[in-house]
Amino acid sequence: MAGTTLIPSGDFKTSYGADTTVFPTATSRNAAILGVAVLLAAPLVFDNYWLNLLIQIGYLGIAALGLNILVGFTGQISIGHAAFFGFGAFASAWLSNSFAIPVALAIPLAGVMTTAVGLIFGIPAARLKGLYLAIATLAAQYILQDFFARAGWFTGGVAGTIAEPFSLFGYDFDTDASYFYVVLAYVVVMFLLATNLMRTRDGRALVAVRDHYLSAEIMGINLTKYRTMSFGISAFYAGIGGALYAHYLQFVSVEGFTILFSIQFLGMIIIGGLGSIMGSLMGTAFMVLLPETMQALTDSLSGTVIDRALNLKDSVAFLREMAIGVVIILFLVFEPDGLAHRWKQIKAYWKLYPFSH
Amino acid sequence: MNFELLFQLLINGVIVGALYGVVAMSFVLIYKASRIVNFAQGEFLLIGAWTCWWLLTSWQLPFWIGFPITLAFMMAFGILLQVVVLRPMIGEPIISVIMVTIGLSIVFQALMKWIFGVFAKPFPPIFASQTMSIFGLDVQTVYIASLVVSLLIMAGFGWFFKYSKMGLAMRATAFDQQVAQSLGISVRQVFAMSWAISAMVSAVAGVVVGVVNGVSSALSFFGIKVFPAVILGGLDSVVGAVLGGLIVGLLENFAHFIDSQWLNWGNMYEIAPFYVLIIILMIKPYGLFGTKDIERV
Repeated sequence: MAGTTLIPSGDFKTSYGADTTVFPTATSRNAAILGVAVLLAAPLVFDNYWLNLLIQIGYLGIAALGLNILVGFTGQISIGHAAFFGFGAFASAWLSNSFAIPVALAIPLAGVMTTAVGLIFGIPAARLKGLYLAIATLAAQYILQDFFARAGWFTGGVAGTIAEPFSLFGYDFDTDASYFYVVLAYVVVMFLLATNLMRTRDGRALVAVRDHYLSAEIMGINLTKYRTMSFGISAFYAGIGGALYAHYLQFVSVEGFTILFSIQFLGMIIIGGLGSIMGSLMGTAFMVLLPETMQALTDSLSGTVIDRALNLKDSVAFLREMAIGVVIILFLVFEPDGLAHRWKQIKAYWKLYPFSH
Repeated sequence: MNFELLFQLLINGVIVGALYGVVAMSFVLIYKASRIVNFAQGEFLLIGAWTCWWLLTSWQLPFWIGFPITLAFMMAFGILLQVVVLRPMIGEPIISVIMVTIGLSIVFQALMKWIFGVFAKPFPPIFASQTMSIFGLDVQTVYIASLVVSLLIMAGFGWFFKYSKMGLAMRATAFDQQVAQSLGISVRQVFAMSWAISAMVSAVAGVVVGVVNGVSSALSFFGIKVFPAVILGGLDSVVGAVLGGLIVGLLENFAHFIDSQWLNWGNMYEIAPFYVLIIILMIKPYGLFGTKDIERV
């Protein structure tokens, strides 16, 4: 029911249907459609540098959304998300290289394969919670990383593997401008899927497991089923994101999927807001733009006293790592609900303007 | 079968395992006192080792002066960390607290790389003779020293928790914070002290490993290896941590032996503990000595 155009100043909903719409108002629905339409024009406006960043935000955002379903909505924690992301990348490349499966089909199949792997590591997740699960996924991270380096038939070993460009109906999406549309399509579909998941019984069950799992269990929610399911969904999203990454770079090396990358994913959802679907995208954008901003800053400082004192050029890699950690800590201490919460406050301010205090 | 190699590896296993045990103990100490899973434990080793290395090389201090200064620094560092970063997190959800320690770990690791560089640097020699002969086997003196240090720390922990006032206060706090507070124990002080002691003990382990292998950021991997050890022993058991550490150390070297003799897979010993970790979590998630949580509504 997207009848209203403005956010009402109180809660006037009279049916469950009205409470679970995808968009709360007609305006927000139109804004979302308009936003996608504007993005469709992006390749005409931006150069390759900005398109590259947008594509990164796209595929990382899909994976971050998966992690947010696990961490933000189900209250589980995973420190191995990058490994699943990597598995998706290798799986998609492997499927299209070894079995001549078209890339358009290999990407969802890679998602399914990653789900299967996620479920294997999710078996302990069914029994464990919080902290123990964090440690189990830490083990998953190292085991999968070791597997990537070892399984030459799957990943090409140390040399890495080549991934075919995405093609559909004989047209190759091998430039930034064309691949942007592929990523955009996936982003829209995956985010709509996640939003809809949260409107179903399953989605509400996940939230119930997060909020109070004992109460949830008493209300007849099968904890084992929903914890494992959430783990599987999160792995699926990671796999899709990874596959998109593989066919964008058209090359996957075994080195990239470290624990630092996993922590970056966690950082994205913390910055964006745990349990917020659009927050995942905001946090990803923040995390992608952070190193770029730092690079720009160091460039603008080069030659100055600060540059010479700190030797910025050589240490920018370490500074980036530190910035990731510092940003995570600062957000947790000062803005634990993330950017999405800030955005809500801005909206709430304008809702009652000029009468808000 | 190469029995000499097996024997050598088993000795290695005991020595490395004892060090794992020490680090695991300091990890459990924090967990028991404040219910915080410290993902930055490995960075304590790293910071301690680099501090000691810096004092010994840049300031040319003898070891017996540099080492106590390192310990004093780590103690201050642990308290500062707890007061500034972790104290505001009390009462926050477990995910947030875990993430803060993860954030701390990457900050410290990058900071150490930034200050000291990425390459391993050797410690100045501390012992006069490099090797000793035990049962006809050549063993490096530092290994013996590290084993002795580990055993001393373990004995020290045993004494501390059994007889010292602070140790008893810590046990009381771990048992029930409210009761401890009403008995006049300063829970804040206990939290701060648990971090201080944990940082100090980890720094000792860091210095020992640094003396053996040289100091580099690889040291912080000890903080990751601690997880199999503590899960095996039970998250809140000090005895379990020591045993878990020993078992993981032995297991690593045994896996290395099997690998080098028959499998030839490469870095088997690094990854074997994680497989064991997954299996333990599946069949016995509270470890050998851990308290099983009973949940009441």
